Amino acid sequence: MSYNSIVLVKQVPDTANISGQVMKDDGTVNRAKLPAIFNFEDRVALEFALQIKDRFGGKVTAITMGPPRASDILRECLYMGADDAYLISDRKFAGADTLATSYVLSEAIKKIGNYDLIFGGRQAIDGDTAQVGPQTAEKLHIPQITYAQEIISLENGKVRIRRKIEGGYEILESPLPALITVIKDAADPRPFKARRVMAYKNAKTLMELEKLTESNSLLYIDQLVNEYTTKNLYIRTLTMDELQLDAARCGVHGSPTKVHKVESVVLSSSGHQAIPPTKEGMSKLIDELMHDHILG
Amino acid sequence: MNQRNNDVWVFIEQRSGVPADVSFELLSKGRKLAETLQGKLVAVLLGSQVKDVAKKTFAFGAQEVMLVDHPSLEHFRTMPYSRILIELVEKHKPGIMLFGATITGRDLAPRVASATKSGLTADCTDLQISDVKYIKDDYKNLLLQIRPAFGGNIIATIISPDVATQMATVREGVMRMEPLPSPVKGKVTEINYTPNDFDEIVQIIEQHRQDRKINLKAAPIIVAGGYGLGTKENFKLIYDLAAVLGGEVAGSRAAVDAGFVTPERQVGQTGVTVRPKLYIAVGISGAIQHRAGMQESNKIIAINNDPEAPIFSVAHYGIVGDAAVIIPMFINTFKQKLR
Repeated sequence: MSYNSIVLVKQVPDTANISGQVMKDDGTVNRAKLPAIFNFEDRVALEFALQIKDRFGGKVTAITMGPPRASDILRECLYMGADDAYLISDRKFAGADTLATSYVLSEAIKKIGNYDLIFGGRQAIDGDTAQVGPQTAEKLHIPQITYAQEIISLENGKVRIRRKIEGGYEILESPLPALITVIKDAADPRPFKARRVMAYKNAKTLMELEKLTESNSLLYIDQLVNEYTTKNLYIRTLTMDELQLDAARCGVHGSPTKVHKVESVVLSSSGHQAIPPTKEGMSKLIDELMHDHILG
Repeated sequence: MNQRNNDVWVFIEQRSGVPADVSFELLSKGRKLAETLQGKLVAVLLGSQVKDVAKKTFAFGAQEVMLVDHPSLEHFRTMPYSRILIELVEKHKPGIMLFGATITGRDLAPRVASATKSGLTADCTDLQISDVKYIKDDYKNLLLQIRPAFGGNIIATIISPDVATQMATVREGVMRMEPLPSPVKGKVTEINYTPNDFDEIVQIIEQHRQDRKINLKAAPIIVAGGYGLGTKENFKLIYDLAAVLGGEVAGSRAAVDAGFVTPERQVGQTGVTVRPKLYIAVGISGAIQHRAGMQESNKIIAINNDPEAPIFSVAHYGIVGDAAVIIPMFINTFKQKLR
């Protein structure tokens, strides 16, 4: 018995490597200055899906919602072993919070269909919310298992997952389809396969093909899409119209949470008392702490 | 939305009848929010034979406990817990609902928020009530949901101006637990529950828990070491100092990653948030993720050989120098004074 998986992936700014230039004077983040990377836990999620494919057969489809440049991580999914990739992109999706994002993703998943398992990273490092997975599962009316550490078994249409809980772990059994979010130590994502890099480095999304037609008037977009599809190099691209979405539930309009204010974390040069690294210094410090009933 | 309900709901997390600290922290904060709004503080408790837990919430100001007590709710499971909360929220539309940002809270809250189309903000570190002008509309008494974002490099204030229920998960340890001098006379409202097939779709096969032996949050004195100590051998200095002062040992993430100290002792954004009487940070540079977990400590001593280390910015006392020299000196001086 084979199992088809859909993997939710996200391109994120590399928040672990933020330098001075990235923070604007008004305290907001200059995203353009941040390197965009493949959210690590999503790569772990893809690894989970690929392991299931290796063991049982089936198809792995990677999907991302994001701006056109997010196609980079879809190609990386293809390099790792995904069979198919979808970019879900539309200007009208901009500014989406987790509720609006999960609406779009769930509708895209319904359109793609034919899945047994949905995987995603526990959370993305830009927002660290861990909300999109459960919210997508709720909209699809399927069970969720978050903080997954290991797939224990997959048989008779049921999956057993070991997940982290406070102070330990539990093993849950769920029928399929189910949505599973994984934590970073759950698996080591496999490296790219050289053969697949060669095969898919020219894979392109609709927006990327449109760019080609802009620079060459002899090219027609429909023709290009056909050609790339035949060569298995077309990254399918879903827009708001294509998904027939309710505009009021997408992007800023569909997002109940709003950013009211952002402040960069400024280190207050607190007036700490410098204690000389000498016996006298220690003695004075300890006296003061004892006097304040903090020590002794 | 002017007709928003002023009640504040807190989801009470419990395991085997023991309530999580974070739930009492949230009740303590929720009480203040409810006072400001002139609304009611309501504890929402699900479990099996947890009436004793219900009574404990009165000590933190809960005026009502919505109790759903049923054998099949003994252990947390997403499906039944979320369905019950979704139905309660849809029926009563509380203005605010708070969850601990625990594994359980972060699993449950988004599912509830999705179904009820509520705004949900994760991992808040502060909550306030304020009037807000957003774009061109004026909103009264909105919940300001304050949280670190972008890996802790910015602090964002999030609002959910147009929803019936403003939901947030709140990090453990950041709100103070403040029991009242005498419990309020609250009422317990029992809610009937009958499991349906979809509630039972996911089953727990096994569960293993080890009770945390170390309780950093309760320690009045914490001595924490960082990567700057260089070796596991040098990290013993931290244990020596903690033993002399009667404190607990902690570490930064880098110290944990280097294997100097075990993960359950990690302080910071991905570890525990602490606010002891005294926090001594040795060889910890003080990355924002670490400071987030300790900067509320009553007194902070930083020992570091780099005078520019950011840890000094949150310290009350700073000692620049080599820990291998300073700590033995500190221990000896302290012992002499005790004599």
